[in-house]
Amino acid sequence: MKLTVNGEEHELELDPRTTLLDALREHLGLVGTKKGCDHGQCGACTVLVEGRRICSCLALAVMHEGDAVTTIEGLGGADGELGPLQAAFVEHDAFQCGYCTSGQICSAQGLLGELERGEPSAVSPVGGEAPTLTDDEIRERMSGNLCRCGAYANIVRAIGSVARGGGER
Amino acid sequence: MKPFTYERATDATAAAARVAEGGSFIAGGTNLVDLMKHGIERPEHLVDVTRLPLAEIEDTEAGGLKIGAQVTNTALAADARVRERWSVLSQALLAGATQQLRNKASTGGNFLQRTRCYYFYDPARACNKREPGRGCAALEGYNRIHAILGASEHCIATHPSDMAVAMVALGARLHLRAPSGSQRTIEAEALHRLPGDTPHVEHQLSPGELIEHVELPAPPPGRQVYRKVRDRASYAFALVSVAAVVEVDEGRVKSARVALGGVAAKPWRAQQVEQALRDQPATRETFAAAAAAELAAAEGRGHNDFKIPLARRVIASVLAEAAGLEGADR
Repeated sequence: MKLTVNGEEHELELDPRTTLLDALREHLGLVGTKKGCDHGQCGACTVLVEGRRICSCLALAVMHEGDAVTTIEGLGGADGELGPLQAAFVEHDAFQCGYCTSGQICSAQGLLGELERGEPSAVSPVGGEAPTLTDDEIRERMSGNLCRCGAYANIVRAIGSVARGGGER
Repeated sequence: MKPFTYERATDATAAAARVAEGGSFIAGGTNLVDLMKHGIERPEHLVDVTRLPLAEIEDTEAGGLKIGAQVTNTALAADARVRERWSVLSQALLAGATQQLRNKASTGGNFLQRTRCYYFYDPARACNKREPGRGCAALEGYNRIHAILGASEHCIATHPSDMAVAMVALGARLHLRAPSGSQRTIEAEALHRLPGDTPHVEHQLSPGELIEHVELPAPPPGRQVYRKVRDRASYAFALVSVAAVVEVDEGRVKSARVALGGVAAKPWRAQQVEQALRDQPATRETFAAAAAAELAAAEGRGHNDFKIPLARRVIASVLAEAAGLEGADR
């Protein structure tokens, strides 16, 4: 099967049981994406498929044939520089052990796209109004990413700084 | 995970026929893959229906919507028509799971997700859903999240969906495709079965029957509210949830449609509430009495006893909010 990961096309031969997470880590050597709970509860395995964040542990790789996947390795800037969210996580001290961080950043990348498209969350205004970026919105939208170090306050700050920055992403 | 073979469906009837021979549909997979990892679901063959042309939301001539079963929970919740005219559905969808899961989960699959009863998930414990006749460890177990309405001595599991609760309140209908190619339509309300002595039989679909579309009628008149009470502010299943559409005219309830989540093996249409409200003054007393009427038949199993007064109060509060009573917003 064909899978495009971070812009590069790969040809893979996989057991149908292989999750997208295992395909990335074990078959493509992209170990930035982490296996936390392996049951869709912690968000450590979050990647973007066609621009949308998903839990790669609950996705069968074969179901994503032909899809474009973006992992944490694909979110850096040119020449090994950090991407805006990566830099903001460092700047705002938004992690301790770092295990959940790839998932947090991929998730936050997805969040920025959702806000751009005006997609609501559970704390958005009811009806047709577009959601605005508030800390409550960030918290609700990031509830699928657990951080056992408890860096949540700074994760919210880091994401907010990029979302409000309005500059490059 | 038990080995299985895989195919990607290109035709709904062929997919249905293949599953009828033995196999499972897979769509978002957010529940099925998890259950396969636990060894609770062990399909020999998976038929992937995600690339069938069922991902559109269309207007119907009757002023409703025809929603493809492969529309994701995210797409449905964000649809401008749903947000404006069927807001209770958008609210219910957004109250469920996380953004990552809603991006994968499908409309059809959401209806058919399995219970999150801990004993169902633990093969070391007795569960009549998993192994008919083995018993129910939840009856005398830690049953805080379990059913208070429509349960039986064989099973007290709840249906976990938020979306389906709103669908029932809105009078949704399911368009089904049989392995023979024939089609039929059923009320969303009639999809799920109460456990009785066959808790492993959870719905009315025949083997291989595929949900192709969900049709919403024009929005019922009145104000729509969804409220979910749970252990965490986000990403937790409902202890009790209420979807309500209440129409008030000159201080009296003209019509009401109400459904409950987290309390039964199916999205629970609150018919006692609806009957008790009809043509009554839209007051807190009416709403409290209506809620009490619905819960009259409720039965706790110990740890979940608190759900009975909780459900009563949440129903009454949501009705007040939907009726626009002053100070009724949470």
